[in-house]
Amino acid sequence: MNLGNGKGSMSTVTTTAVMKSGDAVSDQFPAGLRVLVVDDDPTCLMILEKMLRTCLYEVTKCNRAETALSLLRENKNGFDIVISDVHMPDMDGFKLLEHIGLEMDLPVIMMSADDGKSVVMKGVTHGACDYLIKPVRIEALKNIWQHVVRKKKNEWKDAEQSGSAEEGDRQPKASDEADYSSSANEGSWRNSKKRRDEEEEAEDRDDTSTLKKPRVVWSVELHQQFVAAVDQLGIDKAVPKKILELMNVPGLTRENVASHLQKYRLYLRRLSGVSQHQNNMSNSFLGSQEATFGTISSINGIDLQTLAVAGQLPAQSLATLQAAGLGRSTAKAGVPMPLMDQRNLFSFENPRVRFGEGQQQHLSSSKPMNLLLGIPTNMEPKQLANLHQSTQSIAGLNMRVNASAPQGNPLLMQMPQSQPRGQMLSENTGPRVPRLPSSLGHPNVSNGISNGFLGRNGIAGNNRGPAYNPVPPNSSLLSFPMNQSSEVSVNNSLPLGSTPGISSITTKGSFQEEVTSGIKASGGFPSYDIFNELHHHKSHDWEITNPGLTYSAPHHANHLQGNIDVSPSVLVHQGFSSTQQTGQSRDATLIGKAMFSVGEGSEQDNLQNAVQHLHPLLVDNSVRVKSERIPDASSQTNLFPDHYGQEDLMSALLKQQEGMGPSESEFEFDAYSLDNIPV
Amino acid sequence: MDVGQMQRQWIDYTKSLFLEGFLDGQFLQLQQLQDENNPDFVVEVVSLFFEDSERLLKDLTFALDQNGVDFKKVDAHVHQLKGSSSSIGAQRVKNACIAFRNFCEEQNTDACLRCLQQVKQEYCLVKNKLETLFRLEQQIVAAGGSIPTELSFSG
Repeated sequence: MNLGNGKGSMSTVTTTAVMKSGDAVSDQFPAGLRVLVVDDDPTCLMILEKMLRTCLYEVTKCNRAETALSLLRENKNGFDIVISDVHMPDMDGFKLLEHIGLEMDLPVIMMSADDGKSVVMKGVTHGACDYLIKPVRIEALKNIWQHVVRKKKNEWKDAEQSGSAEEGDRQPKASDEADYSSSANEGSWRNSKKRRDEEEEAEDRDDTSTLKKPRVVWSVELHQQFVAAVDQLGIDKAVPKKILELMNVPGLTRENVASHLQKYRLYLRRLSGVSQHQNNMSNSFLGSQEATFGTISSINGIDLQTLAVAGQLPAQSLATLQAAGLGRSTAKAGVPMPLMDQRNLFSFENPRVRFGEGQQQHLSSSKPMNLLLGIPTNMEPKQLANLHQSTQSIAGLNMRVNASAPQGNPLLMQMPQSQPRGQMLSENTGPRVPRLPSSLGHPNVSNGISNGFLGRNGIAGNNRGPAYNPVPPNSSLLSFPMNQSSEVSVNNSLPLGSTPGISSITTKGSFQEEVTSGIKASGGFPSYDIFNELHHHKSHDWEITNPGLTYSAPHHANHLQGNIDVSPSVLVHQGFSSTQQTGQSRDATLIGKAMFSVGEGSEQDNLQNAVQHLHPLLVDNSVRVKSERIPDASSQTNLFPDHYGQEDLMSALLKQQEGMGPSESEFEFDAYSLDNIPV
Repeated sequence: MDVGQMQRQWIDYTKSLFLEGFLDGQFLQLQQLQDENNPDFVVEVVSLFFEDSERLLKDLTFALDQNGVDFKKVDAHVHQLKGSSSSIGAQRVKNACIAFRNFCEEQNTDACLRCLQQVKQEYCLVKNKLETLFRLEQQIVAAGGSIPTELSFSG
């Protein structure tokens, strides 16, 4: 029933959201706020739903955390806020909180009949934006919109910090027309900004300074570069400035890196989980979180680091994953992980993780992104831990990460690993598609991961959503590269951003736009919330939306196509950074997040998550897997044992690459070299 | 009995439930949520509560009947019952659950069994009371009247 309702309301929401114009939205705000309620107690659920409806919110209810996650993933920008019970039979509420934070970066309110201090504290450390004691009164629900606005506001701020000339979050621009009003004021502001940005974008996208605060989408590739840089410097010594220099990504600012670093650190910390309470986290808060995470995140059993260390996972891959994770692409793949077994994703060696196909390619980073892919089949928790460690240090550095960071980042990072990267990728399909690090190519790694990605990609393509013409799932499925290819292909097919991911998101169609816009951002990954923007704009111009991605090459028209190329990674990244501001953009972030998420959590789960992030489409699958497996932080088992034949994955990847090849060539990214793309 | 009388009776009965502690303010919230669009909201929610509680009580009985009692599980069930009873305003049931949880923490099986009895008793009481109230409501509606929306405690 819940699902049904949810769906119904979701579609309703979607429609409503889509139809709402920025102005209309602002007038009604906070009415129409899209809330997802999760509680296993049917009585409470019914009461909450009624109360929320009375507050004029659009409510979707579900009684299982897994269902909630898949709903969120499928509909990446479909919700503005989540309310979840703490004690649930299938998944701990805090775990769900983490996942949401990592993957979708939505504000989450916890609630429970338990009002003990420790539980409330747990909520705080996990990043819940509020904690309600049952019985919940309607008065308490009336003001939940503040959390949404606050989050968006913070995101903007972050974006601004990161970009030099940011005008404003692209997201805002993208606006939210579709969004529910929370951004009412923002919306209008954004709209104007958008126009401005669009123009500017067209002109000087290459210039990082022009990027207006678009959130950087940490695509797989970008993340890989990031991780490589961090590894090079040494996790403890990795400072944003140096990392930025090493990465040498135009358009990326120190702030972007700093915040990503912080997330990464959290992620690593999570990976190492209990094993190491990283103390690197300079951020005390993070530190405390860590402890918590350590214990909690059972999921992040996968130790990306370990995996990476294992040699399989190229730093980049990990980076990608992490990026994905950190990025928190809100975008939900929308498409449930397709068939590919999540596990497979990881086990797959991803050499070609084509995350975000287009993007990855450009992402220039020469390092193949495949974070996920890189992960060796056995995603050893240790490896992840390593990664985790480095992440932690990084994370410690940066603070910017919003509160969500605690929850999300580590998770994000971890997720990717465990989850098949493919998933992540596929999910994104759209530009967002996590651009799984092209490094997927690393044979060793990621057996599972790559598979995962591939699978995801493929699936994502399919699943994606009605909106886009997903890239033939098949192609994408198998190899991560698929993501890219799928993205690429998607782009081709779709006028907009083609990336499947994008389209899916759009339930409103906006996604496409976002995607393209995201892609647009050229070189710089300035935080653009591609997805966000796209979604918001739904029907329009990419230009505005993607502040960050300005690939010089593509422009509107190209966006779609070009976008893909532009930098899958960018998209992905953006996804993360953008965080669901508008909800819609989530997709993008999701992708990023997916990457991370893949890494963490139980082996399978991680991969799934990661993949999911990457590949919005595939998200679902990944999610499922994840939830089922109890994250076993310490377990060193392979994430995806044998699920996916490496050979299969490899071939899939190869196929994808081939497929992608042509498409890739179409895009020209001047900003990013195509080195990353494993060919 | 005419409608007016029934309505007054309804009001008095409801007030007594509050005064005796069977129901608390949360129940009022539920009543306020009920409107023309959802005229049966309270009845629906409470019915849901009954179903859910009965299941929980059964599970609790079963769990405490085991040789090796899994207190974590018992606690989880009680916690849920506490949550749902508090959500509809069944105050006495909720309080009984709170006491129950304390004994779960102590892992005191005997005390838990006693608490379970207590909870069951309170549950039966409030169930009867509410069913009576709902019957009264049905009568009012059947007679063409409407359920009073405001409970003035002044009178």
